[in-house]
Amino acid sequence: MSTATHAHDTHGHDHAHAHDHHGPPAGFSRWMYTTNHKDIGTMYLWFSFAMFLMGGSMALLIRAELFQPGLQLVEPQFFNSLTTVHGLVMVFGAIMPAFVGFANWLVPMQIGAADMAFPRMNNWSFWLLIPAALLLVGSFFVPGGAAASGWTLYPPLIIQQGMSIDMTILAVHILGASSIMGSINIITTILNLRAPGMTLMKMPLFVWTWLITAYLLIAVMPVLAGAVTMLLTDRHFGTSFFNAAGGGDPTMFMHIFWFFGHPEVYIMILPAFGIVSQIIPAFARKPLFGYASMVYATSSIAILSFIVWGHHMFTVGMPAAGNLFFMYATMLIAVPTGVKIFNWIATMWKGSMTFETPMLFAVGFLCLFTIGGFSGLVLAITPVDITLHNTYYVVAHFHYVLVSGALFAIMAGIYFWLPKWTGHMYSEGLGKLHFWLSMIGFNVAFFPQHFLGLAGMPRRIPDYALQFTEWNQISTVGAFIFGFSQLLFLYIVISTIRGGAKAPDRTWEGADSLEWTHLPSPVPYHTFETAPVVK
Amino acid sequence: MSNAQPGGYYFAPPSHWPVVGSVALFFMAIGGVLLMNSYGVGWVPFGIGFFTLVYMLFGWFGTVIRESEGGLFNGQVDMSFRWAMSWFIFSEVMFFAAFFGALFYARVYSLPWLGDIDNKLLWPDFATHWPSAGPYRPPEFSAMHALGIPAINTLLLLSSGVTVTWAHWALKKGDRQNLIFGLSLTIMLGLLFLGLQIYEYMHAYSDLNLKLTTGVFGSTFFMLTGFHGFHVTLGVTMLIVILFRCVAGHFRPEHHFGFEAVSWYWHFVDVVWLLLFVFVYWV
Repeated sequence: MSTATHAHDTHGHDHAHAHDHHGPPAGFSRWMYTTNHKDIGTMYLWFSFAMFLMGGSMALLIRAELFQPGLQLVEPQFFNSLTTVHGLVMVFGAIMPAFVGFANWLVPMQIGAADMAFPRMNNWSFWLLIPAALLLVGSFFVPGGAAASGWTLYPPLIIQQGMSIDMTILAVHILGASSIMGSINIITTILNLRAPGMTLMKMPLFVWTWLITAYLLIAVMPVLAGAVTMLLTDRHFGTSFFNAAGGGDPTMFMHIFWFFGHPEVYIMILPAFGIVSQIIPAFARKPLFGYASMVYATSSIAILSFIVWGHHMFTVGMPAAGNLFFMYATMLIAVPTGVKIFNWIATMWKGSMTFETPMLFAVGFLCLFTIGGFSGLVLAITPVDITLHNTYYVVAHFHYVLVSGALFAIMAGIYFWLPKWTGHMYSEGLGKLHFWLSMIGFNVAFFPQHFLGLAGMPRRIPDYALQFTEWNQISTVGAFIFGFSQLLFLYIVISTIRGGAKAPDRTWEGADSLEWTHLPSPVPYHTFETAPVVK
Repeated sequence: MSNAQPGGYYFAPPSHWPVVGSVALFFMAIGGVLLMNSYGVGWVPFGIGFFTLVYMLFGWFGTVIRESEGGLFNGQVDMSFRWAMSWFIFSEVMFFAAFFGALFYARVYSLPWLGDIDNKLLWPDFATHWPSAGPYRPPEFSAMHALGIPAINTLLLLSSGVTVTWAHWALKKGDRQNLIFGLSLTIMLGLLFLGLQIYEYMHAYSDLNLKLTTGVFGSTFFMLTGFHGFHVTLGVTMLIVILFRCVAGHFRPEHHFGFEAVSWYWHFVDVVWLLLFVFVYWV
């Protein structure tokens, strides 16, 4: 790969090469027709933030209803729709697109490529999110209300509801197509567009984690597509996949769904590992400890993710041998995950540490994700899970890994790369305020849910017994602190885009991937049209 | 085409096709939802969406074909296509894996469990066997015999794998006549397969009382063979496009990944059929 070419015409006619270096076209068509990885990354990130606010509003409505026992604000059916769509919107609308946005911005720059391998398909991956989001959110307004089955879409409940289920299923299909195309693009870019000298084991860890994530996505999104297709035909075309009367089994859906679902949770955390693995060395001013073991640990987590799905269904009556297998396989994942945690700690050991906002979020990630990982180990123990299944303990567990895990890493990444993207420094004071508000709000919201779960409060129910009141009230207060402090985040990001102190090219002295060492801040519209040579 | 520099990777210029494709799928989804819930008006958005999608496919693939024939794709772009097609086929493998998983689960777990002692109170007369339509008022039906049409279809698809390789060899030797002949034969074998598949479905519905609604056997039988048939249809469509391109003089002996991608896809469809023949029809 010596030079790269940007063609700026649609029919392959001749154009002067000077055109290759102009900036983006003006107006809305820039965003609709773009094939620029940076534009597409930006659109992914804004879409993700919009969906984050939407899913967050649903969460706040849920917490408001749960402020007191009894029914105050919403009907139980609507409450179920809120929990369902909150989950789907956050998983498929907020977390995953945010990481794809990071991949779009960073993967080409970090491997020294001019763009993604398939720029047009890249744009389609993004624009498919819009119809999917419209279907998903629009399903609130059709007869019967939005899907109320929980985000896992279990039959037989989901067979019975109205047309919103069909909208949800088709939204999942479109999201799946988007994810598969996005992943093929990322994986091809990484395998085929690396700059000379950028060997696989020299790639920044963020690129490595996305390579493995893309593999997981291509492997499991089609399985989800198959599962929801079977739901659709069971609903409308008389098949009996999940109907025991016809020889099928609702449990079968759970198996197929969680064969997708467990790799899916690693899809949402591996890129977070990648981001944190970029940030911690930068602020410890030391190279990442154990680079190769990080790569192997990430791969091990990915491979193990295919054989642990049964831990989501310990209570459905699998044979004892199945429960045991899934219990031990799940615990095995603690080994590579522990390798990663210890590597991050060893990276910080005797480093010249400073704690700017990205590092605060990264350290917050490290502490809180570890708590989420440990509660995951608790839930992996079959006999323990049988009492904790479908309680708030599970809710607390997966919010520790998804909010203080994935989302904190996203926040850390935004603060880390915003100076590179916009050319401006964010306000460090406001950033720190955002971090501490998020940190306190999050823990006040979710730590008490461990106690509620251990005491037996079931999830997905709009009412609860009186003895759960105090912790629920504390949790709701924390959730509102956390939720509204994200408006501060929005303000910080917008004001950084619009102005602020000039960011140096190498904003963080310890950051050493190509976008910091080879490119100015802000990065020009086209980068690495001549590939750098990596030594 | 001066904008392809020696050794330069071709990055596509801004394009409206992705947005057109998204609009198409949105209309198709809305139409589909309405139709499935018995609102006949759904045909309107579905039709608009479908024809927009066809328009998009023609436009987008047309653009790519013009770029390819214009010499814009160098060896590295070619390698990108190879990686992408391989991963796409892997995703298709996993899609079929979900349905094979359903078939194996039904046969190995759910039917034996429905027939065991726990369920005797509910369904005293149900005994596990395969093919089965489940314990609740199972209809009388027969399964498809493996050694009739399915065996012929196996031969047809295996032969089509040979003929497409024949065409490929001819393409590599620059022998247009044999290329077009081999490709036409492949398409005809594919169409014959589809014709027999349609005949088989009619036979199943009218003579065997085997329907999509025939319990878990009918579900797995029609969904697996149906999705395979849909993929054969896509494969034949792609082969026809490739045939037109061959007649128009496209492809060169050293540069023809469009052809190879379709032949990879065709072989993939072939392998899926072999699995279907063994696990759906035979054992």
